[in-house]
Parts: sequence; C-alpha cells; structure tokens
Amino acid sequence: MTEHVVIKLGDDISTDAIYPGRFMATVLPSETPQYAFADYPEFRALVKDGGMKAGSVIVAGSNFGCGSSREQAASALRGFNLTIVARGFARIFLQNAVNLGLQVMACPEIEASAGDELDIGPDYILNRTTGKRFSIQPLPEARRAIMKAGGLIPYTRQRLVERH
Amino acid sequence: MGMTIVEKILTRATGRSCVQSGEVVEPAVDLAMSHENGALVINQFFEIYKGTGLEPRVWDPRRVAIVFDHRVPAESAKTATNQKKVRDFVGQQGIQKFHDIRGDQGGICHQILPEYGYVRPGAVVVGTDSHTTTHGALGAFSFGIGATEMASVWALGTILNLEVPGTIKVIVNGRMSDLVSPKDLILHIIGVLTAQGANFMAIEFHGDTIRNMSTSGRLVLCNMSVEAGATSGIVPADEETVRYLREETVRYSREEARFEEEIALIAPDADASYSRVIEINASVLSPQIACPHTVDNVKPVGAVAGTRIDQVVVGSCTNGRLDDLAAAARIMKGKKVAAGVRMLVFPASWRVYKEALRAGYLGDLVDAGAVIMNPGCGCCLGVHQGALADGDVALSTTNRNFQGRMGNPKSEVYLCSPQVAAASALAGVIRDPR
Repeated sequence: MTEHVVIKLGDDISTDAIYPGRFMATVLPSETPQYAFADYPEFRALVKDGGMKAGSVIVAGSNFGCGSSREQAASALRGFNLTIVARGFARIFLQNAVNLGLQVMACPEIEASAGDELDIGPDYILNRTTGKRFSIQPLPEARRAIMKAGGLIPYTRQRLVERH
Repeated sequence: MGMTIVEKILTRATGRSCVQSGEVVEPAVDLAMSHENGALVINQFFEIYKGTGLEPRVWDPRRVAIVFDHRVPAESAKTATNQKKVRDFVGQQGIQKFHDIRGDQGGICHQILPEYGYVRPGAVVVGTDSHTTTHGALGAFSFGIGATEMASVWALGTILNLEVPGTIKVIVNGRMSDLVSPKDLILHIIGVLTAQGANFMAIEFHGDTIRNMSTSGRLVLCNMSVEAGATSGIVPADEETVRYLREETVRYSREEARFEEEIALIAPDADASYSRVIEINASVLSPQIACPHTVDNVKPVGAVAGTRIDQVVVGSCTNGRLDDLAAAARIMKGKKVAAGVRMLVFPASWRVYKEALRAGYLGDLVDAGAVIMNPGCGCCLGVHQGALADGDVALSTTNRNFQGRMGNPKSEVYLCSPQVAAASALAGVIRDPR
C-alpha cells in the first residue's frame, strides 16, 4: 500500500501541541478532530484544502505524544484516519492510540520528508522517494491483541461478557 | 531473582508468586481516579456495555475517586454540563470518594488523594491524568491512563495487558542547602534523564536525602517523574509515610478509619535488577529552572538570571502545598511584587488554603501584591484563570512548559521552585533566591 507523508514533525511533540488544553471540555471522538493541532497552521491548512486524504501519514521524531494523558489527542488524529510513523512514542499516548484504533508505527530509524511516498509493509517501511528501507518495531503482543479486537472497547466488552 | 518495588506490588495485585519486568499482567486496581474527564470515561463506559444486556455498574464504587479540579468553578457551559453529567453518574453509582467544587472538601486530585488517605503503600493506583505518578510518593504503583482505559477499569476492576515496567534507580545523598528544594532536585534529574529518558520505566527514589524528605517533597519528585517519561515514580514507604498517613490525612469516613489497622511497607529486594542506576549529590545542587519550551531544558537559575517576567504562578499539584506557600510567604513578607508583574497563587486544596490562611501566609502574600486564586489546576493547562498575552513570560512552579501550555503559543513558560518564583516576583526578573 502506498501512503503519502503530509507532515514531518520533530521530537517531543506534546499532547498540548496535538490537542491544546483549552479545547479539553470537548471530549467526544466525533467532535475532537476540529481541534487537532489547532495552533499548527500547516496542519489546519491541509485539512481546509482537503489535503488530508486516505493514506495520509504524519512522520515524527521520538517521544511523540509526550505529556498529558488527554485521550482527545489520539481521538482527534483518529478522526482523520491518519497513520502516525514516529521514531518513538510516549507511553500513555501509545496506549490511547492502540485503545482507539489509531494507526501508530514505531520506526526508530525513519527518515522521510513531507511529500515522500511510503510503502508500508508488515514489518518495514520503504521510502519510495529516497529508496531507503526501515524496520518497524513490532508492538508488544498484548497491544496487538487489543488492536486486533478493534480497540479496547470491544476487547473489554468481550472480557466482560465472558465473566458473566 | 530479586524484585523491584513495582514487581513486588504487581506480584501481590496479580496473586502470583513472582512478576518480572517485560511480562504482561492484569493487576487488580485498588484506586481509580478521574477528574472532569470522567465525562468521557462515562461515555466510553456505556459504550462497553452496549449490546451486552448487562447493567452498567462500576466494579467497586468504593475504589473509584472523582475530583473536580481542572476547570473549577466551570469556565464554560460545556464544562458545567460535563461536571453535571459526572455528578449525576456519581450519585447513580454510589461513588463516595467524590470531591465536588466545595470549600470543605475540594482541591486538586493529586493533593486530595494523599490528603484523604485514599492512597496506601503497595496499592495499584490509576488515574486519567498523567501526573497520577504523584502517588508513588506513598509507596504505591501509580500511573496515568486514558479515558477509554479507565472505562475498562471501571467495568472489570483490572488493568488489561499491562507491561511490567523496568525500573531506574535514582540514589540521592547529601543535605540540600537552604532555598534549594525537592523541585530543584527533580528538575535536575529530568535534565539528566531527558524528557524521554524514563519512557516505559518506573523510577525508584533512594538515598538519605529521600529518607529525610517530607511526604510533601516526595510528592513533588513523583509528580514530575512523568516529565522524564516515567510510567511511575516511587519512594519506598517508610516511617515518614506511616507518620503522614496517621497524622496528616483527613479522617474522611468510618470506612477510611479502618486503614489504621496495618500499613504494609514494601521495599525492593537487595538483589533487584535495575535498568539503570543514577547517583546524585544533593549537597552541591543549586536552584534549577526549566527553560522554554521543554521540561528537560534545565539550567541553574543563574544562567537565565535577569530575564524579564510578566506573570508568576505559585501552586498546582506540583508545588501548591503548605510548605510551598510558607516558603513563598517567608521570602515575600513585608515586600512587594515588582510593578508590572502579576502573581497568582493556587493552593493545592481547600484544606491547604485554610491552613495557609490561619498561618498568615496568604495574608502576607496578598499584602505583597499576590492574588490568591481558588484551589484547582488554574492556568497551568491554559484553560482559564490567568491567560498570557502575546510575548509574555511566565515563571511558574507548575510542571509543564510546552509551547502553548498556558494557552498562548506566543508566550513562554519557565518552571521553578516556590523559592525562585517568590524571589523573582519581587525583582521582576528571574533571580536566584540565595
């Protein structure tokens, strides 16, 4: 599957950047995408101009999603069906992403720029623009099980029903 | 092989004989805390039950705590409506550990939980707030989770698929000099570890500096452990922990009084395995400051002394306790906040507020020109109560300084101790209090 890098970000992108605190009273996943990267004009311009098409990828450095546990940061990005490829993720954001079914891939060596075309395989990413190939760090089995179930809500529902 | 504190706690909470880092476990949860974002948790909780035919009930209402603190009193109709939704849910579910917007019981969640004796050594505590790491100060394994994960905990009473974290051991020895505080120590540690140095790890704090530190100071260390990416900060429970629990906590109800019985002190095994060991000499530590726009951009205060400031904030879940307000009041008594500088004080709870009032600290701060705000998260997360103008510089005892954190991406936030904040408020520029 060929995907398209729409935005390239650096290290330590905090959840305050992804979803500013002043919008935290908005909680429903159906309403949060309107505030994703609210203070980042490049992101909002892409949304406005229809540039956030299916297969869009954000590439970031290490520690993506650091800071607050606010789940709106994951649900806001989930609303655009984005894939986030980062050199690394902060723990709570990563777990929120898995729980909500946001596509996240840890790729410690990734090198890509906005505009690059990526082939995303099961355990590698090929940057078609530069010809370089990078391995994806697999998610732990425990997290993959939640993703496979379609997120934590169906996963928990299944466990709850089993108990009764 | 020996176990770390987290491994020991998870051994108990899973009913197993041994747990090691890297394993996946499903521990029972002893305490599950939420604040206003309980509104989202409720939404996800009902989603889980959809189509099951089961009645949505939290697994154990005695183990759920809800504290309104992020936007109190409500800054908007939307927030007020969220708070109402949570208030109704609390009533329906019979949740007792509920702290509404009230002077006789309110405050910031990370002060209320210890203050009311809800957190016990050896407990597994989760909260829908990243600074839930705070409660490791009482020897608990305490960490932040998202709202959907909390909904899952409310339904099942366990954390599903938890990876047991490895542990970084931080050993701190030496007596800190006057006007150097636990905040300076944790800022220094974050500078050493970096903002991601403890990602997916717990931090255990050891050494004579920690043993001689009050619970109030330990709460500061554990509160900010998450700023190095840590899953949890944790101080081994000791005599000081027992003293705090027996003498300083509020007798909330007869149910809580039963905690008098026994307090288990869990220590790591001598041969526990650590991912990394860091040793720090606290006796040579100087006042520290985290510069814009990352918490790990830490320098000695002297490196940025003289920087103009517009707003000073003392308070929050990091530094809004009685000793913090006392430290600021001592420096400011009989003096004045510099012209053109606003100083806002957010006590961590109404109990702290009342004690600081009785001790005269609040009066001294007001006389100096500070504005005393109601206990709560206030301007820390940029929602209300103290917005910054374009180009403003804030000096704050809070825990985050990401660009836009206080609501304006065109402002800057520096993080420091109450002592540095107070001395700088008087000078109108960043100043070493010594």
